[in-house]
Amino acid sequence: MKLWEFFVSHRAEILEATLAHLFLVVISMSIAIAIAVPLGMLLAQRKRGRALVLGAASILQTIPSLALFGFLIPLPFLGGIGTRTAVIALILYALLPILRNTVVGLTNLDPAVLEAAEAMGMTQRQILLKVRFPLGLSVILAGIRTATVITIGVATIAAAIGAGGLGTFIFRGVAMVSDTVILAGAIPAALLALLADAALGLLERKLKVA
Amino acid sequence: MRQKSDAGRLTTLRWSLRGASVSIEMNAKPAERGNVTIEFQEVEYCVPGRHSAPILSQISLKILRGETVMLLGRSGSGKTTLLKLVNRLLKATAGTVFVNGASVDSMDPIRLRRGIGFVIQEGGLFPHYTVAKNVVVVPRMLGWTPVRWAVRYEEMMRLVGLDPKELGKRLPRELSGGQRQRVGVARALAADPEILLMDEPFAALDPVTRAELQREFAELAKRLGKTILFVTHDLREALRIGSRIVMLAEGRIVADAAPENFLRIDHPEVKAFAATFEVQSGARG
Repeated sequence: MKLWEFFVSHRAEILEATLAHLFLVVISMSIAIAIAVPLGMLLAQRKRGRALVLGAASILQTIPSLALFGFLIPLPFLGGIGTRTAVIALILYALLPILRNTVVGLTNLDPAVLEAAEAMGMTQRQILLKVRFPLGLSVILAGIRTATVITIGVATIAAAIGAGGLGTFIFRGVAMVSDTVILAGAIPAALLALLADAALGLLERKLKVA
Repeated sequence: MRQKSDAGRLTTLRWSLRGASVSIEMNAKPAERGNVTIEFQEVEYCVPGRHSAPILSQISLKILRGETVMLLGRSGSGKTTLLKLVNRLLKATAGTVFVNGASVDSMDPIRLRRGIGFVIQEGGLFPHYTVAKNVVVVPRMLGWTPVRWAVRYEEMMRLVGLDPKELGKRLPRELSGGQRQRVGVARALAADPEILLMDEPFAALDPVTRAELQREFAELAKRLGKTILFVTHDLREALRIGSRIVMLAEGRIVADAAPENFLRIDHPEVKAFAATFEVQSGARG
């Protein structure tokens, strides 16, 4: 069967898998942002512990994705087969780029601007929220963008532990030795990644302060 | 050396060095005697955690209300460090700094800083704020009403010779270097502070704009009657703007005099700075 014909005949199934994939990505990214941005804000103000936390996030990033899914399955409460385990693994993968960019974005600023803010009598909280955060926002967003693209890719492997998504076509295609079925999962996943990258890139450029 | 005084105007110092004639307009108004606004008592500053020579030592200095004191010295002489001890951006490791008779250590640093204007190179403007928002940062933090801060914005912009309507919505990157510096001064004056700290504010400007701003600022300083501490490494600027020049070398005060007397001081560091006139005048032929 030709690729186009497969897409047409399985369009409902592909759409369902794409939505399931998007669900995995959106849930994971939302939780990862909710953890990594505040944690990055905290680390930006305290040098103590910064290297330790960033180091731990880096180690998580080095674990091969399939192995991480495997490690999580036997864990009580967190593990098991299905979406929950996949979401936890995706969150762990997304943490580092967001965390690192948040710390860099909030600390790597013009020292003259920070000095002026302090000299004018801003509190540390005001400096963080009114100066550091708006000026570092485009760098933070660049981290979110990288994490989103990574998450869309890694989420395809989540099908291996029964989380669904576009990975189901890829694994099915590998088992059937069918390029067509593999591409039915791979092409929408690649398109999702490109679309997210372009949209977030546009937002990043808009928020950038020269 | 001779002096020409023009009542109510800037004083002109004409000075001859080995045949080269130098003429500087000075802001040589006498300080209003009486109240001491800033006082350094046996102040020393060392970088925390480092066991190197102190950056400042044995600094004792009284600055009177309304004086424009120029802190003159080479790079690394400790002049910026001395400035930052006033608003507690740095804390003296020994001795005491007083502002209006109270030790700065006993004051809330946030309140202290909101009552002191601060200008640095390029004004230290917030790049994500419009000009209008930059100017009223401190009044807003002090809880002024929007009507009051809008009026103040217009006043301050006019005071520094800028059009409030034309520039209000622009971002700092859309201004020239001179305009940015003027906005920096407007921002520092917006909450009507008694003290103004200026850290080489005109150093990054081209020579023509710098000279223009120096002249304007000298007039402004005279008119406003604020107590001003101004860091510079430019003797010409110190003579042009200051009502008093304090020279620092290797963390100590080596000279302290009114501009008209400063060049008479017999100190190698003063002579080294005076020699820069000779070079500049000679270069002009």
